[in-house]
Amino acid sequence: MKQMANEKRWTTVIAWLVALVIFFPIFWMALTAFKTETEAFSVPPSLFFSPTLDNFVEVFARSDYLKFAWNSVAVSFGSTLLALAFAIPAAYAMAFFPTKRTPGTLLWMLSTKMMPPVGVLIPIYLLFRDMGLLDTVTGLLIVFTLINLPIVIWMLYTYFKDVPGEIMEASRVDGATPMQQLFLLLIPLSLPGIASTGLLTVILAWNEAFWSLNLTSSQGAPLTAFIASFSSPQGLFWAKLSAASVMAILPIMIVGWMSQKQLVQGLTFGAVK
Amino acid sequence: MAEVTLRNIRKAYGDVQVIKGVDLEIKDREFAVFVGPSGCGKSTLLRMIAGLEEITDGELSIGGRRVNDLSPSERGISMVFQTYALYPHMTVRENMGFSLKLAKLPKAEIKQKVDEAARILKLEPLLDRKPKALSGGQRQRVAIGRAIVRNPQVFLFDEPLSNLDAALRVQMRIEIARMHSDFDATMIYVTHDQVEAMTMADKIVVLRDGIVEQVGSPLELYHHPGNRFVASFIGSPTMNFLETEIQAIESGSVTVGLPGGSRIKVPVEGEGHTPGEKVTLGVRPEHMVEGGGADGEIRASVLVVERLGGSTFTHAEVEGNEVITAALEGNSEVKMRDQVLLGIKADTCHLFGSDGIAFKQIERHPLADIARAAPAAH
Repeated sequence: MKQMANEKRWTTVIAWLVALVIFFPIFWMALTAFKTETEAFSVPPSLFFSPTLDNFVEVFARSDYLKFAWNSVAVSFGSTLLALAFAIPAAYAMAFFPTKRTPGTLLWMLSTKMMPPVGVLIPIYLLFRDMGLLDTVTGLLIVFTLINLPIVIWMLYTYFKDVPGEIMEASRVDGATPMQQLFLLLIPLSLPGIASTGLLTVILAWNEAFWSLNLTSSQGAPLTAFIASFSSPQGLFWAKLSAASVMAILPIMIVGWMSQKQLVQGLTFGAVK
Repeated sequence: MAEVTLRNIRKAYGDVQVIKGVDLEIKDREFAVFVGPSGCGKSTLLRMIAGLEEITDGELSIGGRRVNDLSPSERGISMVFQTYALYPHMTVRENMGFSLKLAKLPKAEIKQKVDEAARILKLEPLLDRKPKALSGGQRQRVAIGRAIVRNPQVFLFDEPLSNLDAALRVQMRIEIARMHSDFDATMIYVTHDQVEAMTMADKIVVLRDGIVEQVGSPLELYHHPGNRFVASFIGSPTMNFLETEIQAIESGSVTVGLPGGSRIKVPVEGEGHTPGEKVTLGVRPEHMVEGGGADGEIRASVLVVERLGGSTFTHAEVEGNEVITAALEGNSEVKMRDQVLLGIKADTCHLFGSDGIAFKQIERHPLADIARAAPAAH
């Protein structure tokens, strides 16, 4: 009994330590956002200072936060919806009408995520340039949809696999067409899974920086590009950079916080029967 | 009219043959039961009739119509699954009306049909519940209700009772049997439980390794098993088999030796066999009596006694270390380590050749072809 209580105590301590290590950079960023530029650079760093909102005011004044934020919302939610629209039929086909090549196809799709994105930067950049997609929301939407598609298909495939085959067979006897099976049974039955997949995709797209920085500059740029814009031209301004970062991650943090129960439930769905 | 006819039906997954040529005729309104050990292909065969598995070769017709290439819903069948397979996100009413909704029937008609099925199955108070709020027996009723509303020509059941507890199983067994007589529909029922097969079937189809071993009425299979496999599969406790050899063949009987040196004259046809040939003598436990005086006697020492009240299962060792089981009377006083004398009546014995095929019995059992129900008065 005592040993178990001890073990539990240690687990708690370690969990808190890990959580602190993970959370610290975010905490520090939030703190820095309310400092002056001099305080932000001071060594040793000051924990106690009089907080100021100057950084936020200046960040707002210098660039159009709302436009960047809108772009982020459009590309992350738009690409998620688009990816789901492609992935749901694909995962349905692979889960319920598998062929000899299905396992290979799944693996191949996942393997595209193993390649560093920079490997295809040049071809994609040239394609986008020629098609006039550089610095557009549409362009980013296409890229985000494509890079997230393998993960979305893979996750949905595992959720769909959890739906008992006999239910699908019963519906065939009842006269359901494949489309009716998809819309009347599979989607309603795997809604928690679809929701958490969508949420994860939104978060991934929101935080994506590589493609946003390389393919957009102002018109089609999302919040990740907005943050980066505070790091280059006039040298480094820690405090303003932090303020911009806080503003960039705040919306998605709120969304994530509100849906964390759903997210955790969805991600561990099927692991415990 | 909905007779189901299978002609040389085969199923193969790649090079592996699962159903190896089945010919079968199930008459209109017949209750046919597919029975056999797990892996014998009985469920596959049923799923092929349902249209859930493709037929590799052969011809399947339902009601005189070739249905090989029709989808399940076009075959005029309904199926009840082992796991019930209810739609978890729909209420009982929606579950039962789903097929009618897909067939685009008017709402009023759907409601009327669902209400009617619910009334028959006593599901009325549960119509607005979701499946997870139902007990196992209730779920099974809903699954049956879903099958009824489609008004099919043929009902298919895939081990529908195996997820229920023993008491409920007996009750549902009776309900399904009554349903059969009420609906006048053809039913095909798959089970691995020979008691279900014996109690419900008009016709039992015994399968093994994708082959039909024997087709017949329950009592025909019980009294005239065609081979050793069927003999061992039908009947509980299972039939005793004693290795012996033919001592004499006369017209209308074959005499074989019994453990302990005595002999018994079994009324079967011995044509084509020779004295000295190795054969197997089959005796059902319930056909053995305590004490001598029968046509043959075996001396045995009792190993285990199981008293069930109505009968006493006695497991005993005979000469040559073989263990046999005798279902003696409930008031038998036999005890462990007793020496008993077990009597056998010759006309209840079965003889099997070394290939497992049964010797033909001279007289057919009077109840072998008895019908389950008296002809309906019209």
